Amino acid sequence: MQSATATASFESPPIDAVGVEERVARLCSRSIKKDAKLQALHLTLSMIDLTTLEGADSEGKVRQLCAKALQLHAALPDLPHVAAVCVYPALVGVAKRALEGSGINVASVATSFPAGQAPIEIKLLEVRKAVEAGADEVDMVISRGRFLAGDFAYTADEIASVKEACGEAHLKVILETGELGTLDAVRRASDLAMRSGADFIKTSTGKIKPAATMPVVLVMLEAIRDHYLRTGEKIGMKPAGGISTAKDAIRHLVMVRETLGQDWLDPDLYRFGASSLANDVLRQIVKQRSGIYQSFDDFSL
Amino acid sequence: MSEQRPAAAADRLPVLKTHKVYVGGKFPRSESGRFDRALAPDGTPIANICRCSRKDVRDAVTAARAAQAGWAARTAYNRGQILYRIAEMLEGRSGQFEALLAVGGTAPDEAAAEVQAATDRLLHYAGWTDKFQQVFSSVNPVATSHFNFSILEPMGVVGVLAPESPLLGLVSSIAPAIAGGNTTVVLVTGSQPLPATTFGEVLNSSDVPGGVVNILTGRQDEMLAPLAAHRDVDALLLCSPDPDVARSAEIEAVHNLKRVAVRPHEDWTDIQSPYEITDLQEVKTTWHPIGS
Repeated sequence: MQSATATASFESPPIDAVGVEERVARLCSRSIKKDAKLQALHLTLSMIDLTTLEGADSEGKVRQLCAKALQLHAALPDLPHVAAVCVYPALVGVAKRALEGSGINVASVATSFPAGQAPIEIKLLEVRKAVEAGADEVDMVISRGRFLAGDFAYTADEIASVKEACGEAHLKVILETGELGTLDAVRRASDLAMRSGADFIKTSTGKIKPAATMPVVLVMLEAIRDHYLRTGEKIGMKPAGGISTAKDAIRHLVMVRETLGQDWLDPDLYRFGASSLANDVLRQIVKQRSGIYQSFDDFSL
Repeated sequence: MSEQRPAAAADRLPVLKTHKVYVGGKFPRSESGRFDRALAPDGTPIANICRCSRKDVRDAVTAARAAQAGWAARTAYNRGQILYRIAEMLEGRSGQFEALLAVGGTAPDEAAAEVQAATDRLLHYAGWTDKFQQVFSSVNPVATSHFNFSILEPMGVVGVLAPESPLLGLVSSIAPAIAGGNTTVVLVTGSQPLPATTFGEVLNSSDVPGGVVNILTGRQDEMLAPLAAHRDVDALLLCSPDPDVARSAEIEAVHNLKRVAVRPHEDWTDIQSPYEITDLQEVKTTWHPIGS
């Protein structure tokens, strides 16, 4: 584990919020059509973490979601599969069995998701249990209360100890940017997470709004770029929450391409946390191939 | 320039109205940014109207789909009240509609008669909203121990190719569709689109929820095929005397087996009947087991 003072004592650059908005607006005006659009839609599918995080989740619901992950649309067998299925720790085993041999990862939220208000011992135990049950990826939440109170050393230590508990599993660190207030705080939390061992940084839990807004994602992408230029280490990015249309997803891909370059247009380094996005992307793919506008009724839940 | 100025009133620059389309309870322009000229019978341009694209059709269907469940869930009585309200608002703006029809070449007395007929047509369907179900539902005698009954349910999203008749025909095609709980995407492609765009304003001030009626102006050859093929549209009401138009739309409509109703009338004076409602309804029959 890195020492807390070493990880926490650095300066994040200040963020020009107006500049960020302007840059986002310019990137959002790009027009992606025809073959490029189809390619972007396929790439989006391969980057999706198909997610169900409800109190009402049951084994049946998770098995159904895994079936969807294995076969997105029966009429189009040549589609790429999604990157992962994301569930609560108690259901990791069910998902693991359902996805065996498919190449689709199982991701589990942990550390007392979504609030993260539990003693550190319990959080670490939850992470270990999820990994034991077969989780390939762990999505942790940071303690926003401690972070906002200025206790950066605590946040850094927390991330580092969760990383240790993950073992082989990849660690995604959820900043819950909707609770951080300013873009400066988002940048600071991103830097902190990457220096403390995050493999991915992730915007939100999806439980509060605003979630993955474009300005927030751009600030995080720039943090990843600066980290890469400084250390040579490629950290992944996962916007989650609020991205429900193919159009939004393509805008994100444009932003990633323009900020981080081609390398990040890969499911190993970029993910979408979403539940309804997949069906809209499927609808657009079928529309693009057939020329006929599609109905949501034609796609599985 | 200033010395040639005539009296102040005549000098005033007229404020010309932009006729926009009506989608989801809002008045946007076409996403394409294109426009056409609406012409008087003698060829004089009288207004600019939106020339909508297939993407406007797509957006209108999205709006209609979003509004459909809520509209169908309203009580039939409430739908009747709202149709009556449309009639009230149309009556209140009768002068404006008479003027619009007159610009399009209708004689003044005929224009007044047409606005009145359109208002009365709305009242007709306002009355039927909570009655057609009673008339057309049935309890069916069956030979097994079942209680068997049939009721009518709205088709869902109905695509309407509006007739050439600019007001009475328009109202006569929209009213029965929405009376039965459908939402509509109406393509206005005739030579007189201005009463339709103005009717959108009437709807907007009549308690009609946004998205229940969506009115697009433009060209038939651009908009009808994407609407007819759209898999999220459940039925088509084609008001055109041209059999080729109906046929080509019916071919597009096979993708999701849409119900297609064709209305070739040119004179809409007598076209009102509860069957206009039931043509856009689906019959649901329930077999309910009972003890012998």
